[in-house]
Amino acid sequence: MRSEQQEKEQRDNKPQDIEDIQPDAELAEQGEELSEDLDQILDEIDEILEEDSEEFVENYIQRGGQ
Amino acid sequence: MDRRIYGLENEYGIICTPERRGGKALSIQNAVMYLFREIISGRMYPDVFLENGARFYQDIGCHPEYATPECDNVIELLTHDKAGERIIERLSTTAEKKMRFDGFFGKISVFKNNTDTPGNTYGCHENYLMDRRVSFRQLASQLIPFFVTRQVFTGAGKAIRTDRGKYVISQRAQHIREEISIATTTARGIINTRDEPHADREKYRRLHVIVGDSNMSEFATFLKVGTTAIVLRMIEDNFIRQRLALRNSVKAIQEISTDTTCSRNIELENGKRLTAVELQWQYFECAKHYFEQAESDSITDQVMERWEYTLKCLEVNPLLLDRELDWVIKKKLIETYVASRNLKWDSNDVLMLDLQYHNIRREGETKKTGLYYKLEQKDQVERMVTDEQVDKAMHLPPETTRAKFRGRFVKLANERKILCGVNWSYIQLYEPYQKLFLSTDPLKSEYEEASRMIYSI
Repeated sequence: MRSEQQEKEQRDNKPQDIEDIQPDAELAEQGEELSEDLDQILDEIDEILEEDSEEFVENYIQRGGQ
Repeated sequence: MDRRIYGLENEYGIICTPERRGGKALSIQNAVMYLFREIISGRMYPDVFLENGARFYQDIGCHPEYATPECDNVIELLTHDKAGERIIERLSTTAEKKMRFDGFFGKISVFKNNTDTPGNTYGCHENYLMDRRVSFRQLASQLIPFFVTRQVFTGAGKAIRTDRGKYVISQRAQHIREEISIATTTARGIINTRDEPHADREKYRRLHVIVGDSNMSEFATFLKVGTTAIVLRMIEDNFIRQRLALRNSVKAIQEISTDTTCSRNIELENGKRLTAVELQWQYFECAKHYFEQAESDSITDQVMERWEYTLKCLEVNPLLLDRELDWVIKKKLIETYVASRNLKWDSNDVLMLDLQYHNIRREGETKKTGLYYKLEQKDQVERMVTDEQVDKAMHLPPETTRAKFRGRFVKLANERKILCGVNWSYIQLYEPYQKLFLSTDPLKSEYEEASRMIYSI
């Protein structure tokens, strides 16, 4: 288990760029776009998985290389 | 060394599946033949140097392998590594068309990863030109702890088939059996002792690194090669004083790989226990100290900045690096998909996602393109080079190394159908008389006699 002191140290060590991020409207909007993009990617993954994953994965056999 | 030559070799995985259900699949051997058909134009073996100075050939185990031309900075190397992916993507599209013409309706998928389903491995090899004077013993002992621990940012990640959702940081770590070894196909070592400098042997050694994963992420490749180059420079200048030797390096590389929290302690020879990130901090602090006197440049400064940022994030929470590091990007993507579709971790779909992350196809039908590139198109991953830079590197060699000379020659030889032999350190004309041009200094871009010959043809 981590002690409180360790937790605090970790928080203090947080990179600058991460702490700088403050919630604002523009960012919230970006966040929404981000999740729309991600949803679209998840839908596209559905399409990829229409192919028989089991057959594909089982057949993916290479010879050992270097 | 102030200026250093870098090279990256990637062995790709390949499979050809029928485009329609019930169709015929092609063997790997035949798929690779189709892949090379356009580029070898009448030659006997699938082994060619390209006009950008790179080598593209069929390696052990039937893997198409792309070796970048000699580069003397890390950004250029990254650009040429990506250019290799694009060249193979183009060749696989052409190959599919040819196959269709011959009556095979197949889809070629090419993967930039390091393991197949049953657990065979193929590599990504980094090459660093080094000063021959450094003692190998010192080199190995100071590099091993670095190589064991750098996987926390270089690892490409891998989902393992168990119901508990096991995921490891590095694809390659589980295939490392020795500390030091010359073998590349059996007992692979953390340090590989192959030493073919393709250059003046008295002056140079080539450090051939086989312990790393293939990276899709530009950030990860940049950091992998950039930090290693800094550590090598410090070793050459005899600057590292810390005793970082590990009690059992082979065990450590595997233990670190299986801990995605990056918080596991590893035992050092002196009895101390440190995490992989803490060990990396030691190298980083040493480098910071080193650059108080040694000369830096803008790319090295970038490496230092990103190295620090990465270690800070890894300490807080590795998931913060979900735009930067392959193992984190892929882990997050798989976890998100598994949660949203209520999948089980031991399903084939999870293994399929893991594999498809490494699919190098970027253009074309949605279901054919790789997951890394889907993320890139939606600006979900950090980029270090532009598409324009990569497109250019598909055709043009680096300007400042001997690859420039080779590239120019290969282009000319292809255009004029000149009979010749090309290799890393020489060009040989077969006709009208056997003339050999050596290029034993890879840091040199101009070879006068050979240039005159090229222009006289």
